[in-house]
Amino acid sequence: MGIAVEGLCFNYPKHPNLLNGISFSLAEGDVLCLLGPNGTGKTTLLRCLLGINKISRGKIWVGNREVHKISARELARMVAYVPQAANMVFPYQVIDLVLMGRSPHIGIMSVPAEKDMEVAREALFKAGIAHLENALFSEISGGERQLVLIARALAQQSEILIMDEPTASLDYGNQARILEIINELSRQDYAIIMTTHFPDHAFLACNKVAILKGGKILALGAPDEIVTENNLSALYAASIKVVAAKIFDDPPKEVKVCIPLLA
Amino acid sequence: MANKKLDCGWFSILLKKIPLKITLLFLMVTGLFFISFLLGRYPVTPDTVLAILLSKVFNISKTWTDTMEVVVLQLRLPRIIAALLVGGALSASGAAYQSLFKNPLVSPDILGVSAGAGFGAALGMILYYPWPAVQAMAFLFALLAVAVSFFISRFFGKNSMLVLVLGGLVVSALFQALLSITKYLADPLDVLPAITFWLMGGLSKVTNTDALFVLFPVILPVSVLYLIRWQINVLAVGDEEALALGININRIRITVMLCATLMTAAAVSISGIIGWVGLIIPHIARMLTGPNFQRLLPTSFLLGSGYLLLVDNISRNAIAVEIPLGILTALIGAPFFVFLLSRAGKGWTL
Repeated sequence: MGIAVEGLCFNYPKHPNLLNGISFSLAEGDVLCLLGPNGTGKTTLLRCLLGINKISRGKIWVGNREVHKISARELARMVAYVPQAANMVFPYQVIDLVLMGRSPHIGIMSVPAEKDMEVAREALFKAGIAHLENALFSEISGGERQLVLIARALAQQSEILIMDEPTASLDYGNQARILEIINELSRQDYAIIMTTHFPDHAFLACNKVAILKGGKILALGAPDEIVTENNLSALYAASIKVVAAKIFDDPPKEVKVCIPLLA
Repeated sequence: MANKKLDCGWFSILLKKIPLKITLLFLMVTGLFFISFLLGRYPVTPDTVLAILLSKVFNISKTWTDTMEVVVLQLRLPRIIAALLVGGALSASGAAYQSLFKNPLVSPDILGVSAGAGFGAALGMILYYPWPAVQAMAFLFALLAVAVSFFISRFFGKNSMLVLVLGGLVVSALFQALLSITKYLADPLDVLPAITFWLMGGLSKVTNTDALFVLFPVILPVSVLYLIRWQINVLAVGDEEALALGININRIRITVMLCATLMTAAAVSISGIIGWVGLIIPHIARMLTGPNFQRLLPTSFLLGSGYLLLVDNISRNAIAVEIPLGILTALIGAPFFVFLLSRAGKGWTL
């Protein structure tokens, strides 16, 4: 199941034309990396795609159905949201939180059944944190919390994942772990949109990159085409170099890296 | 989890589905229910109590005196039932509001229920209305106060939770002021003391009719909250994520507010203002069974009803005169809660 957007427009009262005619499409297995400086509306765009914000103009299709014609519950069965992990006031167990991902499949007067528990446990396993099932969310590390949110999205059994800066404030090890999971999910035909402030990640985990600035998508294409020195320097208003790093493994590889050059 | 295989059909299914702690709590409250009949200045033996209670359903030959029957059925029964219902209603509302507002410092009074009820009762008393009318006034003004808070948030706050709480603060302050005016105008010899005692909370005037009137407005909302317990649970992740999970948060919020308000208004109309129970019992419940609302709701209800029954027993038996309930719940509850704080530490993440 893919996602397609055409001419999406959205305003906040204080920010007219925040999103001004966004169009792109995503097929199964695609991983789209959304790049843009702070404040361009990346998170806002994600919220529009999830139906949280009501767009003023344009169309969004999930599968081949328009989003505004689908109920919130049905949409949640097709699209899952992975936000940045935040603190919770009450100490819920990890398994309870992952079970909440089953909500779109649970009736309004029902509770999770044995089958939902199995799906939740399997999601924890896929995310590599099965050992944290009974841990308290408040007592695990930031990286583990992000993995819990990914497990919750997996428990939703939806084919499209929308991730808001999934590697923010994570150490290198956890960043690698998350990117590996994204690669694996893409191999399993999930369609994934992720926003990030690390253009390097586009080379590691994505097959499509979109640059969002000034309310429009300025460029859309493969990482090698889009993540260039010119584009990045213009986007972030800084001097950024893109270097191909040679890795002398067996077989030898070349991976591109982005480096900001300080004055 | 039970390790033995209990092969008794429906009973074993029931045991497996209900957590052990909740079953134990239920048994304790049931035990307390029966013991409460034995407490009081007029002695009645356990078998007599049982016989009197059962005689209302079955045909049992009368082996007790009329006084005993009056004491059990007209004095103790309504009080015990009222204590259970009021305690359960306040605690369940508190648990629901704390989950709704994602704030462990919230009590059922947050939207102005108690302030409205206080003013309604006082108004009824200075107008010399008969007692049932005073209770009705308390109930209606409690509902009115919450309705005003809600409409403030709806029309001036775009349904924001913060404005709802602010509206509740404003409405509480307003009704407190009106209450003060009523106290000022009241006859200091008979009406003012009556108002003061009502505000301290107590179940001494509760009759079987009162208990019956309160039964439905408490049991129905609690059942509704129980039916949608999973939806309330998911609210814990925050508005955006709950929406993304397909939860209709506006509808759930309004339902929770309606249920909690109805329960609390009914409880307060017969018991006066009893603080503490709605705020602290959910915390203790959370320490026992965690914040998952599936378990938090029944635990809070049972714990609250047991607690208030216990405190009411003390209130009417400890010393020669009756100690107002609102005073006792705080005097007993506060030190006990500090004790719990010193022992636990995992009840919340503040």
